[in-house]
Amino acid sequence: MILTLAFRNLFHDRIRLAVTLVGILFSIVLVAVQLGLYLGSSRMITNMIEKTNSDLWITTFGAKSFEEGGILLTSGQRHQALATPGVKAVIPMVSAFAEWRKPGGGSTRVAVVGIDAEDGGLEPWNLIEGTWDDIRAPDAIAVDRSYLGDLGIQGVGDTAQIALGRVRVRALTEGIRSFTQSPYVFTPLQRARNLLNMDGEKGDKSTFFLVQLEPGANLETVRTALQARLEGTDVLTKAEFRDRSLAQWLFKTGAGIALIGGALLGILVGTVIVAQTLYSSTKDHINEFATLRALGSSGSYIHKVILAQAGLSAVIGYSLGMIIALLILYLSRNSPLPLVMTPGLAFSLFALTLFMCAISAVSAIMKVTKIDPATVFSR
Amino acid sequence: MTNETPVLEARDIVKELGKGAGKVMALKGVSLKLVPGELTLLMGPSGSGKTTLLSILGCILSPTSGEVRLAGHSTTGLGPEQLAELRRQHIGFIFQSYNLFPTLNAVENVRIALDVLGQKGYPAAARAEEVLREVGLGHRLQNFPSNLSGGEQQRVAVARAIAASPSIVLADEPTAALDSENGHAVMALLARIAKEQNRSVLAVTHDPRTLGYADRVVRIEDGKIVGEERRPEGVNSPEITDLTKKRRKANA
Repeated sequence: MILTLAFRNLFHDRIRLAVTLVGILFSIVLVAVQLGLYLGSSRMITNMIEKTNSDLWITTFGAKSFEEGGILLTSGQRHQALATPGVKAVIPMVSAFAEWRKPGGGSTRVAVVGIDAEDGGLEPWNLIEGTWDDIRAPDAIAVDRSYLGDLGIQGVGDTAQIALGRVRVRALTEGIRSFTQSPYVFTPLQRARNLLNMDGEKGDKSTFFLVQLEPGANLETVRTALQARLEGTDVLTKAEFRDRSLAQWLFKTGAGIALIGGALLGILVGTVIVAQTLYSSTKDHINEFATLRALGSSGSYIHKVILAQAGLSAVIGYSLGMIIALLILYLSRNSPLPLVMTPGLAFSLFALTLFMCAISAVSAIMKVTKIDPATVFSR
Repeated sequence: MTNETPVLEARDIVKELGKGAGKVMALKGVSLKLVPGELTLLMGPSGSGKTTLLSILGCILSPTSGEVRLAGHSTTGLGPEQLAELRRQHIGFIFQSYNLFPTLNAVENVRIALDVLGQKGYPAAARAEEVLREVGLGHRLQNFPSNLSGGEQQRVAVARAIAASPSIVLADEPTAALDSENGHAVMALLARIAKEQNRSVLAVTHDPRTLGYADRVVRIEDGKIVGEERRPEGVNSPEITDLTKKRRKANA
């Protein structure tokens, strides 16, 4: 009967129900979009790190992120790392921003990623045209299809210039987007060094070393040993470097705070609207709640009716909100910053909606707690 | 007279309402006993303290002083939840304005009284239908209050009050909102509930039409009991006798 009464109370005033549902829907869509953007951004920031086949990352001391590796590591340091007990491989990698000159005029910034796929550290994934062998050809690079317009090219076979060198697109990836909006350009290690002017007097320098451990080697022991040997470097686990990159782009730039702030605003607006409508609904049905109390119902019975109303509102509002959020998600799939929705996020949003509606019910519960059952005789 | 053991007893009840200069003494030392199988009318003019006494007897209000004993237990010092527990275990209420839930149909309005007692599912639904048939509403089970007449709504309220088989039924002006025919029908129903189900029924009223149904009439004025009349034993009211005849005829 609790659910029946809650359902009937809710649907008794359709306009108020509509206002409640719009409030929840608005809140869910706003929170889903903000958190979807946050998740999408996080994935973009950490994608390159996550895709590497490495146990540890060696970076220059204080490297901020994958794109901002800072001062370069030397081949001497690589050899020192290789000589450390427990280390199976140390794969050099180059990552740096560079200027891309469009064939039709103008320029843009790209993030050049130089690595030899045959070393087993990283290779471009989601290749939809061309292969790694194609990229190994002289001047060859791979870019993501979604950035072709930004790069001023049509596709495979087109040429452009990065810094001082000519490049030709030999392969295309799908869905490898960059949070910095500077497209990733994949090319072999030495070609990247040439393009970025890291050869010559600077020698065979690298931005990062990807360290793979011998089977059975203790990660912490190796890490401590590497850190002791390599002065002026940071030796980080994949998770640590991922967190550092996230902190750099999402929090030090304020982007993440804006997204989380937007989500909090959505929760706040939703809570206020639902609280207001639940309170007014309770006020309208206050005589019925007083009658229930006079009939001997416990306080908790009445609270359950209100919570059931809140719960029903949450379920309906969430369902409608998620339909719209998924629609926005679908429409954003080809945008520079696509939204991400995971089962975990969907479940968290549902839990959040229930929590928001339960919090909203507090004012209504406080109202009914003060009901004087004697009022039933005064009507 | 029926069984003399009181199910509800009020001793020397005093009730002050309001505060400071606006304080009013609504009840000034009222004592009253209710026994099973008896329909008692509590009559008095407006402002005499009838409804305040009913609220105290129904464990809705607590007296300023004095004691209420319900089913042998004193209610003195009990908190709101404990009083609510006593109400749902022992008391059925009938209100002047019926106080039905507009969003629930007749069966659901009765079921909710069982639901607060923890009686759920099919047995509760069956019991709700049974009592609605008992009050003559077997054909209106699925109707919502807005589709029922005043008399029918009050009969739903009566069904709700007796559904959980309480030992006491308290009615606040049960005929005030009804026309003569429906008023008589509801009073006959209350008299029958007292007699046939051996419950103690107390109706607060100032409606003289109800007098013929009472086993006892208690008069209250200015917060004090000023008189009590009792129908001689073995004498049935004409209305009750007539109803009994009709029922026998229908069952024959």
